[in-house]
Amino acid sequence: MNSHPIIEHIPRLRRYARALVGDRYAADDLVQDTLERAFVKLHLWRPGSNMRAWLFTIMHNVFVNQARSHRPEVELDMEELSTLSVKASQPDHVELADVDKALRSVAPEQREVLLLVAVEQMTYGEVAKALSIPIGTVMSRLSRGRERLRHVMSGASVVPLKVVK
Amino acid sequence: MSMSITDDELHAYADGELAPELRAGVEQYLAQHPDESERVRAYTTQNGLLRALYNPVLDEPVPERMTRGISRRVSRAWPRFALAAGVMFAGIAIGWVLRGTGIAPFPADVPFARRAAIAHAVFSPEVRHPVEVGADQEDHLVKWLSKRLGTDLKAPKLDVLGYLLVGGRLLSGPQGPVAQFMYQDAKGLRLTMYVSSQKGETADTAFRFAQEGRVSVFYWVDRHYGYALSGEMGRETLLRVANVVYKQLNP
Repeated sequence: MNSHPIIEHIPRLRRYARALVGDRYAADDLVQDTLERAFVKLHLWRPGSNMRAWLFTIMHNVFVNQARSHRPEVELDMEELSTLSVKASQPDHVELADVDKALRSVAPEQREVLLLVAVEQMTYGEVAKALSIPIGTVMSRLSRGRERLRHVMSGASVVPLKVVK
Repeated sequence: MSMSITDDELHAYADGELAPELRAGVEQYLAQHPDESERVRAYTTQNGLLRALYNPVLDEPVPERMTRGISRRVSRAWPRFALAAGVMFAGIAIGWVLRGTGIAPFPADVPFARRAAIAHAVFSPEVRHPVEVGADQEDHLVKWLSKRLGTDLKAPKLDVLGYLLVGGRLLSGPQGPVAQFMYQDAKGLRLTMYVSSQKGETADTAFRFAQEGRVSVFYWVDRHYGYALSGEMGRETLLRVANVVYKQLNP
């Protein structure tokens, strides 16, 4: 069983899901749902094409559908966020847990792009394909996501997130 | 002398995606614009922090539920994926599980004997997780599967033929839950018995034989339940086992 090509991608799917949704269990559920859908749709995957990209596209769709059907349960504590006061230029002082918290304040569609670029190290073109968006949208989401993260981490005036309940 | 450097180029520079011939220009620009330089440094720092934060996930052991076996996944999600399950089994079987077993691809509507042969081919080679519940918990296994199938199941005793119960697992079929019992002889040769509800079948049947690639199957219907005995062995050898099984189930 371990020889199935999907299996070797699971660790990366888990890493991305963890970064995307934060909570460990919710992240693994996202991976599980993604794998289930991938198995059902396996006949649509063209042998020889990029399986990683295909799986990330499926995960993106599952994530978007989930976000649409139930609003995020995690409420952001803006006060806490604004007191992170982490200087991005001083990584020695950065608590990694604070980075995770700050990442939650980045809008989901920007977070996706940011993580695919920064963590998954996809090219901009690969991100555009995985998320089915034009490359210009990739660049604008990347830019806004990074700025958002930078402001939160530097303790600069935080633009209040629209609170979704 | 001002150069025009776009925001996109700064990101591409931070991500190492900028064409090499443009790098020198950006570096020159950054040297003259400390704020922009600080911004690019923040981006690369973010990249590093995010990787440092999430890369350890790569080294975490993958939860067993994710790799365990397709049918395990199917049975967990049984009500939701009842329909998908059949397709899943068929689709996956075509692609890879049965590679080398000699079983030909088939459409989603899979006959009973072939489903049994597939389940045999999928799980009998499993070294670490051939069954969900082992023979050491036989009582629990039989009760659990009986409850899920809605009938009193029995795990036949095949010791006289040299086959010992390994255990069993719950699978998913087009008409609901399916039970699979697995047996093994001293040489490690495995047999599986596949039991599923056959609501459409009213008449009991005699033994039927099917050859699915290397897997031989004897199957029959008895009181609305279908039974299939599968093994990679000759017809006569399997028939001997099937007779013993049948007698034990119909004393």
